[in-house]
Amino acid sequence: MTKKDTSISAMAKPAVGEAGKTGDWRDLKPVVDQTKCIPCVKKKSACFLCWLYCPEGVISTSIPVQIDYVYCKGCGVCAEECPAKAITMVHEGADV
Amino acid sequence: MSDVHIMTGNTAAALGAKLCQVQVVAAYPITPQTSVTESLSQYIESGELRAEYIRVESEHTALTVCVSASTVGARAFTSTSSQGLLYMHEQLHWAAGSRLPIVMCCVNRGVGAPWTIFNDQQDSISQRDTGWIQIYCRDNQEIIDSVIQGYRIAEAVYVPVMICYDGFVMSHTMMPVDVPDAEMVSNYLPPYKPHTILCPEDPRNINPVLFPWRRADSEGVLCDGYMEMRYKLQKALDDSREVIKSTNQSFADTFGRDHGGMLWHYRTEDADLILTGMGSVANEATAAIDALREEGFKAGVIGIRVFRPFPKAEIRDAFKQAKAILVFEKAISYGNEGALCGELKAAFYGTDIRLPIHNYVVGLGGRDVKAREITEAVRASVGAIEAGDIEPNPMWLNCFTE
Repeated sequence: MTKKDTSISAMAKPAVGEAGKTGDWRDLKPVVDQTKCIPCVKKKSACFLCWLYCPEGVISTSIPVQIDYVYCKGCGVCAEECPAKAITMVHEGADV
Repeated sequence: MSDVHIMTGNTAAALGAKLCQVQVVAAYPITPQTSVTESLSQYIESGELRAEYIRVESEHTALTVCVSASTVGARAFTSTSSQGLLYMHEQLHWAAGSRLPIVMCCVNRGVGAPWTIFNDQQDSISQRDTGWIQIYCRDNQEIIDSVIQGYRIAEAVYVPVMICYDGFVMSHTMMPVDVPDAEMVSNYLPPYKPHTILCPEDPRNINPVLFPWRRADSEGVLCDGYMEMRYKLQKALDDSREVIKSTNQSFADTFGRDHGGMLWHYRTEDADLILTGMGSVANEATAAIDALREEGFKAGVIGIRVFRPFPKAEIRDAFKQAKAILVFEKAISYGNEGALCGELKAAFYGTDIRLPIHNYVVGLGGRDVKAREITEAVRASVGAIEAGDIEPNPMWLNCFTE
C-alpha cells in the first residue's frame, strides 16, 4: 500500500528523483564531443565548467564527462558555458 | 487575585504578547498600531522579555520574518493596521498555507484612497479569505486575553490567528484591564512545537511547487497535489471551531473571564429584535439596548467574536428566536453589502429562520457611532419592517447620501 502524505504543509526531502524523472521535460539534448572536451582531450581533471554551471547537478566530473539524461531538462547552460564549444544542443531523437 | 491596571488597547496587546513569551517580534510602524511594537521593543531592550526584535523596511518583510521564525520553531508576533495589512496580503496567504501559528494584532483602520488614519474594519475584512482565524475584540480586557488564547488556538491547529480590535476606539483608549498572572499564563500556554523540525541532518525543501495532480516522491510516498494541501487548510479552519470554544472555556476556568467563544450575548433571553456586529460597534450596541429596553423593545445584542472560521452552527442556534436582525458593520463588500450581513443570510439558508434583515454601514473612516444613533436606526428599521421592508439595500448611518 502506498504511504500517505502526512505533511500539513508542502515539503520535500532533497533526493534524486524527488521532482520526478524530469528528463522528459527536455526538448533539446546536450551532446558532448569528446574530441573537443578539455578533460577528455587532456585526460586529466580540468575545466568541468559544465558540471559547475549545471543547475540540475546532472553532469559528472568524470573522464569522459557524463550527463544523466534521466534528469537533464535540456536547459542548455552547459553548452553556453563550455569554453571549448564541445557541447551541442540537438533535437531529441536526432542523436549524433 | 486580580491585578487591575488602567491601560490602552495597544498596551494590553503588547502585554499579552509578553505574557506569551514571544521569541521573535517583527513589525513596521503604522498608525494606530505603532505603540504595540514600541512597547514590545522596550520590553525586549530592557531585558524584561527575552526575544529578538527584528527591524524591517516594510510590513511585507515583517510578516516574512515571522514566517521564517515560526518555521524554525520560534513563537512569532507582529501587528499592523490598514495599508500595512494590505501590504502583507501575499504573506498572509503564505503564513496560512505554511500552517504557521503566528499571532498578529490588526488594529483596525480604514483603507485608502482617500487617506484615513481612523477606524473602520475594511482592512481585516479585506483579508477574510487568506486562511487566518479572525477574532474581533470588544474591549481592552478581551485584547490581552485573546492574544493569549490566540497562541493556544494557533499552536493547536497550526493556523495563524489575527486578533482584530478597533483603532483609537480601543487602541488608544484607557480601560481597566486585569493582567493575567505570568506563571498562570505559562501553565495555560504550553511551549510551541513546530509541525516540522528543521535540522541539517534531516534537510527539507519547504513549500516546493505542487502540481495539479498527486505525485509519488523518491521514497514512494504519494504526495498531495495542490488541491489536497489546500483542502487540509480548509479542514483545519473547520476543525478549529471546537478548539476555539474549548480554549475559551479553559481560559474561563483558569482566569475567570468568558469572552463567549465564537459569539457573545447581551440581554437576548426574551429578545425578538437582535442587533449584531463585531468589535466596538457591537459593544456600543449594548448601550443602545439598555435605552431601547426602557422604551419597551424586547431587544438584545449578539456580538460576533470569531469571523473566520465563520460560526455558522452557533449563529443558527443563537438567532433562532429572532424576529428581526439589524447588522451594524464598519466595512462593506463594495458592490454588495456588509460581509457579515451577507454571511449571516447565507448561514440561515435551508433553516426555518426567515426574517427581515437590515444592514447598516457605520463609522467608516472613524465617524463616531453613538448609542443614540444606533437607537434611532433601530426605531427607523422597526417602523420600516412593520411597513413590509424586509431586506433594503445597506443603509449608510449618519452619512449624507443625497
